[in-house]
Amino acid sequence: MHDVDDTGSPVPPEKPRHKPTRIPRTAMPERGPEERARDFDEVTLGYTEEMARAEASRCLQCRNATCIDGCPVNIDIKSFIGGIIDGDYHEAVAILKERNALPSICGRVCPQEEQCEAACVLARKGEPVAIGRLERWLGDFDLACELEHRCVPEVGPDSGMRVAVIGSGPAGLACAGELRRFGHAVSVFESLHATGGVLTYGIPEFRLPKHIVQAEVGLLEEMGVEIRCDVVVGATYTIDELMTAEGYDAVFIGNGAGLPMFMGIPGENLNGVYSANEFLTRVNLMRAYEFPKADTPVWRGRKVAVVGGGNVAMDAARTAKRLGAEEVFLVYRRTEDEMPARKEEVHHAREEGVEFKMLCSPAEILGKDGFVTGLVANRMELGEPDASGRRSPVCVLGQDFTIDCDTLIMAIGTRANPLLAQTTPDLELSSRGYIMADEHGATSKRGVFAGGDIVTGSATVILAMGAGKVAARAIDRWLKPGAE
Amino acid sequence: MFRIVHTRQLSDAVFEMGVEAPAIAAKARAGQFLILRVAEGGERIPLTFSDWSAEEGWIRFIFMRVGKTTHQLSHLQVGDALTDVVGPLGVPTHTEGLGRVAVVGGGVGAAVAYPVSRAMCDVGAEVTVILGARNADLLILEDEFRALPLKELIIATDDGSAGRKDLVTAPLKELCESGAIDASMAIGPAIMMKFCAATTKSYDVPCVVSLNPIMVDGTGMCGACRVTVGGETKFGCVDGPDFDGHLVDFEELMSRQRVYTDDERLADAEYHRECSCTT
Repeated sequence: MHDVDDTGSPVPPEKPRHKPTRIPRTAMPERGPEERARDFDEVTLGYTEEMARAEASRCLQCRNATCIDGCPVNIDIKSFIGGIIDGDYHEAVAILKERNALPSICGRVCPQEEQCEAACVLARKGEPVAIGRLERWLGDFDLACELEHRCVPEVGPDSGMRVAVIGSGPAGLACAGELRRFGHAVSVFESLHATGGVLTYGIPEFRLPKHIVQAEVGLLEEMGVEIRCDVVVGATYTIDELMTAEGYDAVFIGNGAGLPMFMGIPGENLNGVYSANEFLTRVNLMRAYEFPKADTPVWRGRKVAVVGGGNVAMDAARTAKRLGAEEVFLVYRRTEDEMPARKEEVHHAREEGVEFKMLCSPAEILGKDGFVTGLVANRMELGEPDASGRRSPVCVLGQDFTIDCDTLIMAIGTRANPLLAQTTPDLELSSRGYIMADEHGATSKRGVFAGGDIVTGSATVILAMGAGKVAARAIDRWLKPGAE
Repeated sequence: MFRIVHTRQLSDAVFEMGVEAPAIAAKARAGQFLILRVAEGGERIPLTFSDWSAEEGWIRFIFMRVGKTTHQLSHLQVGDALTDVVGPLGVPTHTEGLGRVAVVGGGVGAAVAYPVSRAMCDVGAEVTVILGARNADLLILEDEFRALPLKELIIATDDGSAGRKDLVTAPLKELCESGAIDASMAIGPAIMMKFCAATTKSYDVPCVVSLNPIMVDGTGMCGACRVTVGGETKFGCVDGPDFDGHLVDFEELMSRQRVYTDDERLADAEYHRECSCTT
């Protein structure tokens, strides 16, 4: 569609360097499954400088770079890769951060295979440029620099306006960074004792080290963003109080989709049954894997069943393995093809010994003396496609079976947390309790914007960041003198 | 950091602590709770407000020294600080239009019964308080209750060392039987709340209970505090902590409260080994 001739080959760039497609994609080193499944250190190790340059050299530097359209925040991918090719890493970081203040995080957790890399011209005939790995390498390069050499995005001249950002997850952080660039004063309110939202309590250390999250948040503080932990907006302050007594001119809500869902089957409140949120929060935020050095315990099962097929289910299963479980089962009602989890996560989970039990739907949880002992599941088969386009599972009668387990983790999604909406009566909600916002993030309440999972329901880190950035631009327009 | 502005030892193992937290104090209502962390690496524990002053910007809570966190807390002094205090959390206790009420406070539950009784008195309810404890030494806040305009303060101890030698359910039953109360509330150990609920149920007297399930975040995010009420799963932190005692599955609550008993013992033992303290 763009700058591609009849044979599908791209039009040569201004400075043809070599025949790039013949070079295989540079593999990223990772620790072996035997070793890594016993600790919480990071699984993948990232490129070296040589690897990054080798991989960058595969980029065709297309005149009309389609990868940029594939990125939800439209990072100028072509130019930052160009920077790596030229060896001008600081310039490359600056280009990257122009659009994304959290590259070390996104380089690790974005589903690049569905976004920028899917749009890479090389993907048509072979393997796309490993854009995510290059982003990660650049982000880490910047974090490894002394502070004075790090790329801190330029802050705009003081506008005299103050914005309250609720939630320090991906949406809130992206919004806060962008608002500082426009020159507005920003306070980020976080209900937990640590920043990062799902990046901190949800995504495990072995996939996203917390020191990376803290370092990228630290850079926002360098930009002048004020972080206030231990504040529950909706309880400690209402939104109206933020906008009156506390003197904020606008508010961005990025508090995420909070409440874990359960299935409503018998036995769900037995001891040893966790929501993935609780299990992961205990381990990630509260560091239960270091218990008793850290004070918060977690039930360490020998046989663990995880219900669900998304990234959170993979995270929970792999975490259970690292806590010492002998057997971990992943119970999913469709097949691997329909699983919403990233292929890479599925692959890693299987390598680490997670056993997949497909076409199983939990019907009842068994227990003894208050503790879970097993899961009764219905055997399923795939029927007609449903509204999502995936073939929907249908129960096969008379083929129920039991999976023995002493821990069961429900990773079947979340719903909206009502805490904030309850104290903000003039905020319009959807029938499922999510906040209604237009394409710019504006809500039904004057001066109040929203984005991320609390608007869309559970989605990805980068989509939430994109929504935060879009809302920041809308907030900026709204705050301009003379504007509505 | 949240500066400690008040400490008081109420009995051998029960302590009162006040913390500077103006934003929380401005919002606190009877029956609501806070979550605190003593230090980095510490666990998040929920404690119900025992008192607060919006004017002076402090909140108070009462705790019993049982495990590592409460041991650490008990060693802190005025001028020290807590790493984290979050609140006010949970739905405030319903205090309006109750008429004649009995409020039962068992053990450390008296810490919650006090602001609840005060709030009920403030809106004109006729309040009878039943304070229960194992013995006189464990009885707390008696003077504070005596300063409230109560209809009556009944004290019951297991060994008779103060007030009646009775369980709290005995005077509660008498009040129900004589038709002296229209409603009741029970705050204390789960087993006590269970029997208060059973006692009032046979007289058709409503009984609200303030539950204390295990929590982590306290804002509805984790679901650790699941309780079954009337056959439905509720979250103690955002739907509660108050529930209709006649509908609560207390057996499940008590079972869920015990899930980490072994871990708690281990953490406590490690703590005492490390700090080689004797308390």
